[in-house]
Amino acid sequence: MRAEEMLGGGIVKGLAETARNFLGSFVDKERLVTVQYPEERLPVAEAARNFPFLIYDGTDPEQGLRCVACQICEKECPPRCITIEKSKDKKPDFVGKQQFYPAVFDIDVSVCMSCQICVEVCPFDAIRMDNNFELSTTDRFGGLLWTKEKLAMPNEHYLAIHPTEAAEVEARRAEERAQAEAKKQPAVTE
Amino acid sequence: MLDQAFVLLKHWLLGYTPGVIQPAISILLTIVPILLIFPVLFAVTTVLERKGLGRIQNRYGPNRVGFYGILQPMADALKSLTKEDIVPTSADHTIHFLAPLVLLAVAFLPYAVLPMGRNMIAANLDAGVLFFFAIGAISELSVFMAGWSSRNKYSLLGAMRAVAQMISYEVPLLLSSIAVIMAAGSLSTVEIVAKQAGFWGIFPRWYVLTPWGFAGFILFMIAATAETNRSPFDLPEGESEIIAGYYIEYSGFKFALFFLGEYLGMFAISGLGITLFLGGWSAPLPFLTWVPSWIWFFAKLLGLIIGFIWVRGTLPRLRMDQLMNFAWKFMLPMALVVVVSAGAWRFLGQGVMRWLVSMGFILVAYVLLARGVESRNKIAKRAYRFAE
Repeated sequence: MRAEEMLGGGIVKGLAETARNFLGSFVDKERLVTVQYPEERLPVAEAARNFPFLIYDGTDPEQGLRCVACQICEKECPPRCITIEKSKDKKPDFVGKQQFYPAVFDIDVSVCMSCQICVEVCPFDAIRMDNNFELSTTDRFGGLLWTKEKLAMPNEHYLAIHPTEAAEVEARRAEERAQAEAKKQPAVTE
Repeated sequence: MLDQAFVLLKHWLLGYTPGVIQPAISILLTIVPILLIFPVLFAVTTVLERKGLGRIQNRYGPNRVGFYGILQPMADALKSLTKEDIVPTSADHTIHFLAPLVLLAVAFLPYAVLPMGRNMIAANLDAGVLFFFAIGAISELSVFMAGWSSRNKYSLLGAMRAVAQMISYEVPLLLSSIAVIMAAGSLSTVEIVAKQAGFWGIFPRWYVLTPWGFAGFILFMIAATAETNRSPFDLPEGESEIIAGYYIEYSGFKFALFFLGEYLGMFAISGLGITLFLGGWSAPLPFLTWVPSWIWFFAKLLGLIIGFIWVRGTLPRLRMDQLMNFAWKFMLPMALVVVVSAGAWRFLGQGVMRWLVSMGFILVAYVLLARGVESRNKIAKRAYRFAE
């Protein structure tokens, strides 16, 4: 009968294993895989998504906002966390067409379930998912209701966090703009 | 001088008190250090345990509060003090309130008979060991009070498991101590330690260094682990099965008191193990006798605590039937053999003979009982049969 087959042999073997792990963790830094979060952080995956934001072009969040207040996302949102109020007047969009804009665009962070349905239904590429996950606040009412001002993010931010997806969107929009220009061009020459 | 520092300090302080209140002050000066030192040791142990378990699992353990996380117990204490104390509406409020207090009171009492250094004992009772076990049995009552009064199925299950387990393991615990009591010929803890002072050559005359004492010590520590509901015998509070067992309905500081009581019980039983088998406060080597006796006691205590933490980090929880089988089919016969072996040791004089006979008893019993345990638990690959 071998030593480890005796009653208690397995316990001794187990104790040796845990002792090896205990001492090893002091010697070998590779063993300690814990990331010390607030000081150290892992890079966020490109596909990571957490909460939607509104894209604006240019420098002015009010003027450049892509959203035309069509309210599709508001209707599609499963937990109904989006509130939109359409504006009375109109302003030109990226192809120069006159469009409405949202006078009010609120998202309740505590209700949003990060399903990305609003992103999928948006015909204007105006709403996209952010990867910022540090959303905690000390004000559980006002602090969790994000208004248009807080939701608006420049297009550069979108290009930075989701480069592949954003590149496709950029290409499509460039094409649309070119088509619109081409339509306009003959009218001017006539 | 340093060895008797605390004893002399007490006498010096007593010299300044008027004769009438001297007995009361004397009692106070004995009790207050015990009430202070062991809760502090509890705080140190919680952080040591969490860091040790963390390292065993290749984690850092708590390292946020204070330097390397050493102030974690303070944060824990503050948290449990500020938490809401919830008592279920249908609970028996009086007993629910009393259970943690009873546990804590009972956890402190055994320290009265533990000699923590030369001349450092609160109450030198002639039947110290008996007192220890008599008090230890009350902790079962407090556990059952907690489980019963909560009016929760899980806590009742946990309490029932606790009582079954504690009563089962009390038997080998007592029998392995009886071996020591037989060898020492006394129930007094001071007497037992005095019998183990002195050396055989360079080896101390501790009972753990005899064949029956070694086996007895292992049995005692296994039973002590079960007695204090520590892993791998933590069925009464098995988190994955019955959530938290008998203290499921306790929150805030009452929960902390249960925790404290449990650790105090662990220290007390470790202290008894040290007294019975590891020579109490006596030094392990002849040239180390200049080190104060109380340092040896606490060093040994810390050693046993580390052992408890190590075992907790290694072994998974037992099943109820394994627990009971182990207690009645292995621990009990083994403890009886230890008693017989200690008797042989006592009456065979000072020779090689008593070593051989004593060791022979232990080894034969161990091999036979191990075979018995193993043959019952043949682990085979499970055969699945499906309907055709």
